[in-house]
Amino acid sequence: MGKLARKVALVGAGMSKFGRNFPLKRNPDMWIEAWLNAVKTVDNGIEPKDIDACYIGNYSSDLFNHQGHLGPQMANLVGLTPKPASRFEGACASSGIALRQAILAIASGVHDVIVVGGVECMNELPTALVTDTLATASDSLFEYPAGATFPGLYAAVASAHFHKYGTTSEDLMRVGIKNHENGKENPFAQMQQSIKDLMNSKIQRAQKEGKNVPDWKDEFDFLKSSSNPMIASPLRLFDCSLVTDGAACLFLAAEDVAKKFTDTPIRITGTGQGSAALSLHDRETLTSFIATKEASRQAYQMSGLKPSDIQIAEVHDCFTIAEILAMEDLGFYEKGKAVKAVKDGESRRDGSKPINTSGGLKSKGHPVGATGTAQAVEIFKQMRGIAERNRQVKFDVERALTHNLGGSGGTCVVTIYEK
Amino acid sequence: MTETDKEFTIQSYLEYIQNKKLMGTKCKNCGELYVPVRQLCTKCNSPNMEWVEMSGNGKLAAFTCITVGTPYFIEKGYDRDRPYCFSVIKLEEGPMVSAQLVGVDETKPDTIKIEMPLKVKFLETEIKGETKVDLGFEPK
Repeated sequence: MGKLARKVALVGAGMSKFGRNFPLKRNPDMWIEAWLNAVKTVDNGIEPKDIDACYIGNYSSDLFNHQGHLGPQMANLVGLTPKPASRFEGACASSGIALRQAILAIASGVHDVIVVGGVECMNELPTALVTDTLATASDSLFEYPAGATFPGLYAAVASAHFHKYGTTSEDLMRVGIKNHENGKENPFAQMQQSIKDLMNSKIQRAQKEGKNVPDWKDEFDFLKSSSNPMIASPLRLFDCSLVTDGAACLFLAAEDVAKKFTDTPIRITGTGQGSAALSLHDRETLTSFIATKEASRQAYQMSGLKPSDIQIAEVHDCFTIAEILAMEDLGFYEKGKAVKAVKDGESRRDGSKPINTSGGLKSKGHPVGATGTAQAVEIFKQMRGIAERNRQVKFDVERALTHNLGGSGGTCVVTIYEK
Repeated sequence: MTETDKEFTIQSYLEYIQNKKLMGTKCKNCGELYVPVRQLCTKCNSPNMEWVEMSGNGKLAAFTCITVGTPYFIEKGYDRDRPYCFSVIKLEEGPMVSAQLVGVDETKPDTIKIEMPLKVKFLETEIKGETKVDLGFEPK
């Protein structure tokens, strides 16, 4: 496992507002919004003439929007044609892969500056077809005929984790509660409400409409009620990430060129990627994602850092159980010990190792192909000390990590950032 | 072509299921067993396989009772009030398979226990006048 032959830095990052837009915003609309927000963060400015190539992560515009070939489409919209423009696909890890490929292309010396985007517009389709499109990221030959849905696959993983480590539904609820508290502080998040806010607004609505007022004592009561319906046991609605439209944009530059754009680049010192069988039944273990272990092993080795050196992380919480697995498989905690760390508040933004200060996929939203790059946007903001509202962590972030998972763990990309 | 000459393809595997047989492929070189079918042994890289029939006995490795199902299962009549159980089963021969678990109370997932012994049960569904057979399991 080698080092990067040439050092690479992040010099700008921004995203579109995540959510469900009325009227609809399509990939081109959101991509330009993300691009403009990213341009604003480049201290000395950046123009198309400074950029050598455009790498786009997108999962399934073919099925979501009846549009393939996004590379040149997105490049043209921001004035980059006729430069090289490509799209990368790896389910929910699509833009994590685009980011990694841009790092490798700059390290190779072929390109100096690359714009990396992630885009996904999911709400053009009705929900049933969205679910069916997402299911194509799992094994459609043998899992799908057995009834597997996306939440169902993570639910099956949760059942095995519950059995082996004694994890409970309440342990998962704490992850959702924490992520919503962070998303509340993120003006770009889809759901900017804490679970407590949501609970109270339901109580107030019932009072106003003269209906039976629920007697929920706390968030856990609310999350165990019929207001939080079961989707695939043990996962309920609030264990699942959102159906989201959104885009994100990153500017990467070779470290020697980065000076032109900023005096304070964020260095990328580690990148790793791993894979696993698509089907759960084809894996050695159901309580770990080996793709995460492999991707992080490579990234740690490249950077020379250990899991304990990482101060904050954005991890792929497509379902609450996935955040627990990530905390363990990234080596932050021993297997079976992450739930206690969550309970003790270690992963809160005022804790010892804040995780998903953005609100995560749970609250910020999960436009699948945009998620990998959006995670890097949050890390960029936290390391620069410019995270909005009240979610900036209270210490200087010098070392951070993003973890972007595809499908039910078939692909994983891990990236390490240092000041 | 005799049955044992069947090509080691996914289509052959699915035809076996349609005929209510759970078959795997065994590497003639190192003995590694694959269910569902593989035509290349990823343990020793040998392409020399033979078909072997599974006993149909196994244990529950992971499961979920799904209330928001796939279009295929909605067509089968499952919905929020009638969930179905998706499961991963560890066969007694070693490999794991995905299948619907029947004969359990899907509305009470707490009553379904990991490691409970299971046996194969082929599930018939009528679609457009034809009978489709899917792999299923039930408690022993």
